[in-house]
Amino acid sequence: MSALPAYASTGQRVWHYSFRTICGLIFFFLIFPILVILPLSFNAQDFFTFTREMLAFDPAGYSFKHYEDFFTNPDWQQAMRNSFAIAPVATILATAFGTLAAIGLSQAHVPYRSVIMAILISPMIVPLIISAAGMYFFYSRIGLQGTYVGVVLAHAALGTPFVIITVTATLVGFDRSLVRAAASLGANPVTTFFKVQMPLIIPGVVSGALFAFITSFDEVVVVLFLGSAGQKTLPWQMFTGLREQISPTILAVASLMVAISIVLLTVLEFLRRRSERLRGLSPS
Amino acid sequence: MTIQTHADETNGTPEVLTTADGKPLKTSIARALRREKMRALLLIAPLLLFVIITFVAPIVDMLFRSVENQIVSTTLPRTVVELDSWDGTTGEAPGENVFNALHFDMTVAVERKNHTQLGTRLNYEESGISSMFRRTGRRVDDFGEIYADQFIDLNSAWEAPATWVSLMASPDWIAEQAAWVADRDAARANGTAFEQPEPAFAIREGVAEALPRTADIYQAFAEFIQTEDQDSPTEEEPWNAVYTGLHDDLLANPNAASAFSGETATLLSQAANAVSGFEKISLREAFIDADEDWGNPYYWGVIQTFSPSYTSGYFLAAADAELTPQGIQMKPEDEQIYLYLFWRTLLLSVTITFSCLLLGYPIAFLLAALPARSANLLMILVLLPFWTSLLVRTSAWKVLLQQQGVINDFLVWTGLVSDAGRLVMINNQTGTIIAMTHILLPFMILPLYSVMKTISPSYVRAAKSLGATDWTAFWRVYFPQTVPGIGAGAILVFILAIGYYITPELVGGTDGIFISNRIAYHISTSLNWGLAAALGVILLLAVMLLFYVYDKIVGIDNVKLG
Repeated sequence: MSALPAYASTGQRVWHYSFRTICGLIFFFLIFPILVILPLSFNAQDFFTFTREMLAFDPAGYSFKHYEDFFTNPDWQQAMRNSFAIAPVATILATAFGTLAAIGLSQAHVPYRSVIMAILISPMIVPLIISAAGMYFFYSRIGLQGTYVGVVLAHAALGTPFVIITVTATLVGFDRSLVRAAASLGANPVTTFFKVQMPLIIPGVVSGALFAFITSFDEVVVVLFLGSAGQKTLPWQMFTGLREQISPTILAVASLMVAISIVLLTVLEFLRRRSERLRGLSPS
Repeated sequence: MTIQTHADETNGTPEVLTTADGKPLKTSIARALRREKMRALLLIAPLLLFVIITFVAPIVDMLFRSVENQIVSTTLPRTVVELDSWDGTTGEAPGENVFNALHFDMTVAVERKNHTQLGTRLNYEESGISSMFRRTGRRVDDFGEIYADQFIDLNSAWEAPATWVSLMASPDWIAEQAAWVADRDAARANGTAFEQPEPAFAIREGVAEALPRTADIYQAFAEFIQTEDQDSPTEEEPWNAVYTGLHDDLLANPNAASAFSGETATLLSQAANAVSGFEKISLREAFIDADEDWGNPYYWGVIQTFSPSYTSGYFLAAADAELTPQGIQMKPEDEQIYLYLFWRTLLLSVTITFSCLLLGYPIAFLLAALPARSANLLMILVLLPFWTSLLVRTSAWKVLLQQQGVINDFLVWTGLVSDAGRLVMINNQTGTIIAMTHILLPFMILPLYSVMKTISPSYVRAAKSLGATDWTAFWRVYFPQTVPGIGAGAILVFILAIGYYITPELVGGTDGIFISNRIAYHISTSLNWGLAAALGVILLLAVMLLFYVYDKIVGIDNVKLG
């Protein structure tokens, strides 16, 4: 498939190029919606489409006004502050609990392993609307509905499965004799964990944390039900904006969020390569 | 560890392996294993507890809510008991006894302001009940006024809270309460804070036997005054319903005074002699006068049907059926929405899954066939959408698909579509399908790709060398090996699709929405939480079943990210 052999027939040639065209179109479908919002976010008009000036590359058709609006509008600023107040705390909780549990789960003898795994992974599988409904009912019973703590706890619970999966994956390649070696040299379990095990599994922990962060940072369904006006996050603000068609500032926010995704993707790719190198696998 | 052997003389077994410290090897190993298991569990325990409290408990609570129906029996406890023996098939509304009970229940409910909640709850089952409760709630306190007035006319002592306390309260409570008042006044005089609540009201021994109805309603009154009003029964005139209770009791038991002594006995026997001459009121007629629907046995049938603490009513409603006094029946055609909505959710999810497969298969195939360097580059085009916020992608589609949007502008510019004939691609099913296919496509490509990567190209080469055409080699040799990937990807996309909420809500309009949107509607707009919970449970069961299949095909442990 990779290259067309010299002896290919006309039919094979036609198929080869039409297949590539089809794939090109699908890639276009995948990436175009994300790329199109970047230029539109610099629109000088309050439209959601390209104006005549923009198509003519007239500088007058472009402006930073939507970005300015984002950085000056108190609603958006409050939403951004809330997002950054909720996501890191939820990430820390999810990563700390998740890493410990993943280490526990990777031991040789764990009773009821599959049941425990099913429970721990469940927040990832249950549809968000059901999690949101259940949490809304339950948290309003215990007085956590509409509070910062409630939202943080919910987001931490939603993020833990990702930490477990990434850390468990890293631990598969972890050589357990290193722990025994450390112990035989006189290190206590805590020292062994922080000096030997932790540095080796840190890429998995960090990518798990990134997943947990993005889960909380992008999450809108649960916060929509569980939060009150005081916990309005960026996705929530975008959701309201999209439903009520308020302003193209949403496109500026969306572009900034795409930038954040690119940074995260780069970091993750870097971590993946590093951990493969550490485990002695050749980078693909 | 050194292993020694020595003869065990006590039971004649010749040799048992022991460790250096003399313990049998078997127990020693079992102990080490147990310790290892404990350590693993201790590491898992914090997260397990955390997830159980923050996530599993809410889901269990939702299961509970989908069948819970305690509001009827807690709001109308007396009525539910009396109504139990009523036969709804006679075509007659219940008798005076049920209305007497309802009078007390409604008096308490109106004071606690929860009769409207009950009305709202029963209104889900039969519209019109809500207004019955609301209208009657405004008048129920007047029903007993006629008796209160006559008692007070007879002897003004009946107006004094103290009279009632000495009649109803236990001597111990009266003493405790007096001591509490003394403490409070002393604290006030010193200017210190006094936070202690008044001792909880206790009924006098024997009153419940002599004056059962009065005792019942007066206790309810005292509890309400103490807990809700933060006041004391020694300072509040009783509700009119208490006088009604006393009237009924004295009529039924003219010798009630014999259970008392002193002034209260005199007062009571005076009243007992007078009650037969009191002007009477029929509570049944008073209720029917307040709202004529109380005379309709059908509404009583609904109340009776929903008096048990647990109900299948919400699940039946979720399946477009209803629990009527005559049994389970389907709702009229024009009120059936949920079965259709489940069906549409299923159909749209299948369509989306199929579109994802159609678009994802060629991409995965290409990525698996290309050399690693170019495959990794193209992989970015798959991973970037995967990592981009859901709302960003949904807003992008909103921008692209709307009538004044980029795609329509482009089509008009090329002349394919006239300016008046701009395509409607959003706020309908088309919008939902396009946007969700885009959002879920990476979830199809990634599992497919990881399966295709493991397929050795030599199989296809072997097939071709044996004379197979390109198509036969693909269809008979390559494709069957990708089926596990198709299964994994399809189930994953399907599971994600049937529970989607945000995207259908934003681009689905009215005919592109899913069952999730209805659940959200019942939680935040109609406030019918029971129905929302029942719909949620059905959806959850569907997802769990699918996930079980997914686990059989792929295994939870093999879930990979990115």
